[in-house]
Amino acid sequence: MLDLRLYMLQRISALIMAPLTLGHLAVMIYAIQGGLSASEILSRTQGSLLWFLFYGLFVLAVSVHAGIGLRVIVFEILKLKGVALDVFTWGICLLLMAIGARAVMAVTLL
Amino acid sequence: MSSKQESMDVSVWRGDEQSGRFEHFEVPAQESQTILDVVSWIQQHQDPTLSYRYACRVGMCGSCAMMVNGVPRWTCRTHVKKVLDGNRLEVAPLRNLPVIKDLATDMDPFFDKWVAAEGMHHPSKTRDDPIETINPESADRQVANAGIECINCSVCYAACDTVSGNPDYLGPAALQRAWTVYNDAKDADKQLVLDAVSGRGGCHNCHSQGSCTMHCPNELNPLDAIAGLKRASAASFFKRRR
Amino acid sequence: MIRPHRAHALWYAFLLHRLSGLGLAVFLPAHFYVLSMALTQPDRLDRFLSWSEQPIVKLAEFGLVFLLAVHVFGGLRLMALEWLPWSASQKTLAAGSVAGAFLISTTFFLQAV
Repeated sequence: MLDLRLYMLQRISALIMAPLTLGHLAVMIYAIQGGLSASEILSRTQGSLLWFLFYGLFVLAVSVHAGIGLRVIVFEILKLKGVALDVFTWGICLLLMAIGARAVMAVTLL
Repeated sequence: MSSKQESMDVSVWRGDEQSGRFEHFEVPAQESQTILDVVSWIQQHQDPTLSYRYACRVGMCGSCAMMVNGVPRWTCRTHVKKVLDGNRLEVAPLRNLPVIKDLATDMDPFFDKWVAAEGMHHPSKTRDDPIETINPESADRQVANAGIECINCSVCYAACDTVSGNPDYLGPAALQRAWTVYNDAKDADKQLVLDAVSGRGGCHNCHSQGSCTMHCPNELNPLDAIAGLKRASAASFFKRRR
Repeated sequence: MIRPHRAHALWYAFLLHRLSGLGLAVFLPAHFYVLSMALTQPDRLDRFLSWSEQPIVKLAEFGLVFLLAVHVFGGLRLMALEWLPWSASQKTLAAGSVAGAFLISTTFFLQAV
């Protein structure tokens, strides 16, 4: 159910996210000082190529990672198999990428 | 000690997986006895139709493993005092294997996976070649030696939740054998071993829960062996891409 | 659910990793959806953000950060276990020093905030 290729995708996406998550945690702690507002978020991130790349890469990695992670759970607990399992895995991955991309665009692009 | 003999409440699984159930037996407690002694006492004094499997009784043959109070154990080397829960004992067939009858399981899937993992010798020389000398101190040999005391008892296989969740998963014992073969200097086809353990039922399904290593009666470390296979296959993944 | 053969540290570490991963995967679509309001409906985002000032929501947010930290450190532990050919005592030492460093640095960090 997890062959070498899926395993490597899962581990590589995890390695990409390890430093990004620490960065994200730091941003979170910094950003919530004195409350959050839409304009405050936008003033920090809008028009910044760096934040676009940071969170763009984060969304790509997390979509792959969550798709494969949920695949394992759905296979082991709900016994979904074969083509249905592959459709589920890459469906989750694409769905997360799509709404994630929308979120990244919303906060970083003009 | 009191002169009056105390007895234990022993529940034993009877029948197959579907229509089976636990049956209670009163078994006299002895100062020193193993779980296998208790099962044998029931078969000899209470119900001769009780089916179970054993051979050597000294922890070498690997045929007497059963679930004892929910934990897989080699019953011939498990002292009753070590596992008695108050006055109760529950003895069941090994998890993750089809039950034939009572405490006897069908071990075929376990051994079939041993073969599927290429856990066998792939010769590098013919009988006409001189015997290769192996330095017992070499790093490869040390790693290979770590797994060779496996007695195929299937305790690790019964303890593994990844096997329960994924019937195709090769399991700790077969993967540990593959890792031993992989580290054997005399083995000719290491890539074949890596390919055999890299499929959809391969080592990459392992969640590192460590129940195999926790319960191995010979104190081997299949978790470490499987990690070794993951490491070796990940390295070969990058090499092949180049 | 915690059957006798599972009652040991590595199995609990697996359970924690699986539950935290599942929790994060379920939370992610909502997180993305709320953020995408920044462009389309900034007023609604602000209403949501002020609603989220409630203590109960703050507590839930703390829970999410906890899930993330647990999953990241659990994942790093897993990759170290799988990929670093260290001996058991070396791994214990490494885990101990990481935990110690984390404890010391968060103490300083929390004092700074």
